[in-house]
Amino acid sequence: MTRLAFLLALAFAAAITLPLVAPGYLVDVGMLVFFLAFIGQSWNISGGFAGQTSFGHAVFFGTGAYTSTILQITFGWNAWLAWPAAMLAGAIVGWIIAVLSFRAGLRGSYFALITLAFAEAFRILANSLSFTHAGLGMLIKADPRPANFQFKDPIWFYYLALALCIVSLLIAWQLTRGRLGSRLVAVRENEDAARALGIDVFAEKVKALSLAGAIAAAGGTFYAQKYLYIDPNIAFGVDKSIEMLLVTMVGGAGTIFGPLLGALALTGINEVTRTLASVVPAFKNVQPLSLIVYGVMLMLIVGRLPDGLARLFRRVDRHA
Amino acid sequence: MLEVSGISKSFGGLKAVDGVSLDVQAGEIVALIGPNGAGKTTLFAALAGFHRPDAGRIVFDGRDIIGLPPHRICAAGMVRTFQITQPFAKITVRENIMVGAYLRIDDRSKARDRAEAVAAQVGMAAQLDRFGADLTVAGRKRLELARALATGPRLLLLDEVMAGLNPTEITEIVEVIRAIRASGVTILLIEHVMQAVTSLADRAYVLNQGRMIAEGTLAEIAGNPAVVEAYLGHGAAEVLRA
Repeated sequence: MTRLAFLLALAFAAAITLPLVAPGYLVDVGMLVFFLAFIGQSWNISGGFAGQTSFGHAVFFGTGAYTSTILQITFGWNAWLAWPAAMLAGAIVGWIIAVLSFRAGLRGSYFALITLAFAEAFRILANSLSFTHAGLGMLIKADPRPANFQFKDPIWFYYLALALCIVSLLIAWQLTRGRLGSRLVAVRENEDAARALGIDVFAEKVKALSLAGAIAAAGGTFYAQKYLYIDPNIAFGVDKSIEMLLVTMVGGAGTIFGPLLGALALTGINEVTRTLASVVPAFKNVQPLSLIVYGVMLMLIVGRLPDGLARLFRRVDRHA
Repeated sequence: MLEVSGISKSFGGLKAVDGVSLDVQAGEIVALIGPNGAGKTTLFAALAGFHRPDAGRIVFDGRDIIGLPPHRICAAGMVRTFQITQPFAKITVRENIMVGAYLRIDDRSKARDRAEAVAAQVGMAAQLDRFGADLTVAGRKRLELARALATGPRLLLLDEVMAGLNPTEITEIVEVIRAIRASGVTILLIEHVMQAVTSLADRAYVLNQGRMIAEGTLAEIAGNPAVVEAYLGHGAAEVLRA
């Protein structure tokens, strides 16, 4: 416990001071890590703890991004107020998908495919409906004032992402030490045994997906406010779903720090390979190099370290 | 406490359970025996809500529970274990048992205390930190028992908790089950280990090919020709008598 607490305090202090000493570029990278860790935690709750593998988490992310953006642009809402509304929308979408698929008894790869289908359906809808401005995407008017959830200095997005990441870690930590988390893990490990021990398997899965939906949607709004632009591919594209899945799988599904470790690893690889590609002439035409490294890394993780990077820290983790 | 009347369950053309009735009084240990494939586990699954019977009534504590899902039946106080053990593989024994304890306890530290107490009761205190996947057969059987017990049941349905155990382990678990009964839990058990059945059960039912062919005290059943034939084959009763 003390060792873990010490490490965490150290990491926290480093995270707080980083933007004060590091160049702006690193601040952006750090922001990305915490942001990925945050939306990865959404996948981790439903996929890692509850064991319901999804290929379409972008459906929640995009729902959040579009809900808050539409509320702002079309209805003139304040962005901060639109944020919880976006989370609610994400939770509702999670609830609906869960009720439909789990009532129908979908499990494993069938559930994964259904979530992918939902994300694609939402992407196509966003691409064709007028209230989402179709394929043009939606541009949020730049008016960088904190009251508008827009900041002139990227440092504030960094700190906000850090705060979100910490909140997601706290949620995951609570899951590892409470009734809900215990039940989700039981559902993941063995549904029949869970049922026999009094667990309403259906209800627990619905809870997990609703919670995951709210978190990913919160990430969607954050993204929209940071870049002030979303379109159907950014919001609902399969890339986002894969990112959320990947950081969790690489870092360690069903662990508190898995998504954060995965986000660190993947963002790190991404940055290194991008630098390599721009510096080493031989890599110039290998585009994008990071995908190749991702692929190799994923194979190594699945083959050699199925519990993810968090496994390397198991001893610290376990006796905590 | 449990009254079952006329339960039937078919899978396709196979009548796995055919018009079975039985009853269990509070405080009893009742055994359900019969040859392999007799329909014992199917009957348990029907009682616990895993299969919906095609016909019949199941009344638990004065309440008709037919059609209730397993988790509601568990919450009502009747819990089953699995013949083919189903440990939660990637979590520890303590966490496994806590899943059961959380049924009636919301608080984590109280659930943990309960899990540890139950583990001690079934003789697993030394294995609390082991993972479900790492247990021996005997350990898994005990874990099934412990998890079910942690839910605070009034009626336990034990499905072959002694299969695959060596004689020492059987003697131990017989003592555990006796202690569980003494603590006020009623028990219905499926068992092939006759040494255990005779030393534990007040009464027994015999199921063969989906039908209940005998019931009574163990002595009555051992002398019943239909039972002898079910186990040893047609004509066996005659041979034994001769």
